Amino acid sequence: MFYGVAIMDSEPRAIVEINNLSKSYHKGSQIVPVLNDLTFDIKEGEFLALMGPSGSGKSTLLNLIAGIDKADRGTIKVGGVDITTLTETQLARWRADNVGFIFQFYNLIPVLTAFENVALPLLLSGLSRSERREHVETALSIVGLTDRMDHYPGQLSGGQQQRVAIARAVITDPTMLVADEPTGDLDRVSAGEILDLMERLNAESGKTIVMVTHDPRAAEKAHVIKHLEKGELIVHPETHL
Amino acid sequence: MFILKLIFKNAFRHKLRTWLTILGITVAILAFGLLRTVVSAWYAGVEASSATRLVTRNAISLVFTLPLSYEEQISHVQGVKTVARANWFGGIYIDEKHFFPNFAVEPKNYLSLVPEFVVPPDQQAAFIRDRKAALAGRKIAEKYHWKTGDTITLKGTIFPGNWEFVLRAIYHGKDKGTDETEFLFHWDYLNETLKKAASSRTDQVGFYMIGIKTPGLAAEVSQAVDKMFKNSLAETLTETEKAFELGFISMSEAIVVAIQLVSFVVIIIIMAVMANTMAMTARERLGEYAVFKTLGFGGAHLAGLIFGESMVIAIIGGAAGIAATYPVAKAFGEAMGDYFPVFNVAATTIYMDIAAALLVGLVAAIVPAWRSIHIRIADGLRSIG
Repeated sequence: MFYGVAIMDSEPRAIVEINNLSKSYHKGSQIVPVLNDLTFDIKEGEFLALMGPSGSGKSTLLNLIAGIDKADRGTIKVGGVDITTLTETQLARWRADNVGFIFQFYNLIPVLTAFENVALPLLLSGLSRSERREHVETALSIVGLTDRMDHYPGQLSGGQQQRVAIARAVITDPTMLVADEPTGDLDRVSAGEILDLMERLNAESGKTIVMVTHDPRAAEKAHVIKHLEKGELIVHPETHL
Repeated sequence: MFILKLIFKNAFRHKLRTWLTILGITVAILAFGLLRTVVSAWYAGVEASSATRLVTRNAISLVFTLPLSYEEQISHVQGVKTVARANWFGGIYIDEKHFFPNFAVEPKNYLSLVPEFVVPPDQQAAFIRDRKAALAGRKIAEKYHWKTGDTITLKGTIFPGNWEFVLRAIYHGKDKGTDETEFLFHWDYLNETLKKAASSRTDQVGFYMIGIKTPGLAAEVSQAVDKMFKNSLAETLTETEKAFELGFISMSEAIVVAIQLVSFVVIIIIMAVMANTMAMTARERLGEYAVFKTLGFGGAHLAGLIFGESMVIAIIGGAAGIAATYPVAKAFGEAMGDYFPVFNVAATTIYMDIAAALLVGLVAAIVPAWRSIHIRIADGLRSIG
C-alpha cells in the first residue's frame, strides 16, 4: 500500500525512461517546437524537480510523462510500458493505476465533500464500499484531514484543499506522483506544509515524484533538479541527494 | 449511487438556471400535451364511432335531404338490423354562444343504435312516449341546470320559429369518450309541425343511421343501399359512421395539421433552450471533465455524467408538465366545452409527453457530451484557474 515503507537498494532502477522525446504545437500554420529530443531517466523513488522559465516546456514534459498528452516523436517507458504506444482508452486505465496528480489549483470537484473527492479514483478500482471508506480514511489521516472529511472544498483553506488533492493522488497507490506547481497558489506556510508532506510521502512510502515548480524553495526538497530551457535540458543538472 | 448523487448535485449547481430550464420544459410539455389533447378532441367523434353503424345521406351533399320513403326500403336490405331517421336541427338556445348539437330523431330506433347513451329506463320510456319530449346529455343538463320536466325552448335556424320541448330524459356516457352534450327530440314532432305550417319540407330526412348485424357487412350493405337508389332523384352515399365523421374533420384538416405542427415546434424550441443550458454547463466544467479524464475516467463516464444531468432536468420538467396537464386540461375542457364536448387527456398523449421529455434530455446532451469527450486533457486543465 502507499502508506507502506519502501526499501531502497543502493542502485535504484529507472522507473521512467525517456528517449529522443520531441513535442511541438501548431499555431495556425506555424509549428512551435516545445521539447527537442530529450533523453533522460527518472529513478524509482526519486523526487525530481523540473525547473525553467515560462514556456520552457516543463509542464508539457510533465503531461507527457503522466500520459495526458501525446509526443510527436520518441518513447516514454514507465515501469517498462511504452506509454506512447497506448490508445486513449488504455492510457486512461494506465493513468488510473499508475499516476497520482497534484495540480496548482487543486482541481477538486466543488460539489463533492473531501471524502468524496478522495474516493473518486477508487470508483474505477472495483473495491467495495467499505473497502473504499477504509482507504479514504487512511489517506485523509496521512494528510491530517480526518476531521474535515465532510467539508466541501469551498469550506477548506487553500492548503487544506491541496492536502485533499494529495490524498486523492495517493489513494490508488500509484507508481508515481506528478505535481504541477503544487505550491503555486499557496501562502508560504501552507506551501511549506505541502512540501513537507510530499517529502514525507517520498521518504516513507518511496513514491517517485516529478514536480514542476518555479519556486527554488520547493525545488530544494527534491533529490534531483533538472532545468529546461527552450525545450532542452541544461547540460549540468544540479543534484541534491 | 455515488455517481447518481454527483449527477443530481451537478444538475442543481446553478439553481436559478436549472429551475428556469425546468420551468421551460414544464410549460413546453404542458403546451404539447394540451395541443395533442385538442387534436384528440377533434377526433373524439371518430373514436366514439361504432363499426356496426352506417350513415346514409344525399350523395350530392349533407345539405340536401332524402325522402322518408327510403327508410322502409333500406330496412329490407340484407344485413340491416335497424334504421333510424335523423335531421340536424341547428337550433339555438338563448343565443349563438350557447352551442350544443341538436337532432330530430326517430327515438326508439335511434336509442337502440347508440347504446353508449345510457338513459334510466323510466326516463327512456317517458322520452319515447311524449311527442314533445327531449333527451339531453348530462353535461348540458348540468351546465344549464336542467332537470326532467323543464320546458326548453330552441330558436330554429334551419326550421324557423321557437320550438318548445319538455325535457323527459338525461343520458350519461357509457365511457369518457362519449359526447354528453347532444340534445335529441322526436323527428315526428318536427315533421308534424312543418305539416301544420304547410311547408314543402315535410317527410324529408337529413340522414339515416343504419345498424348492421356485423361490422364485416359494412361494405356490402353500403353498396346495396346506394345501388338501390342509383339514378333516382335523391341518390345516396352510404358510409361507415367513422368515415362519415372523418368527412367532417377533413373540412378542418388544415387547422388540425397546424395544431400538430405547433405542438412539435414547441418541443423543438425547448430542445434548443435545453441544449443551450447543457452547452453552457459543459463549457463551464471542461476543467472538471479534464480532471475526471486525468484520474482515468473514460469517455463513457463523462457522457454518463452529462447525459444523466440533462435527463434529470428533462425528467423533472417533464413530470411537472404531465402533472400540470390534467388540471389544466380539465379547466380548458370546461371552458371550451361548447367546442370540445369530449376533452380528455389520452394515455397516448402522456406517452408522447414522456417521449418528448426524454428526447429533449437526450438531444440536448449530445453536443456537450461529444465536446467534453473529445477535448484534450491539457486544454481542459488550462481552462482552470
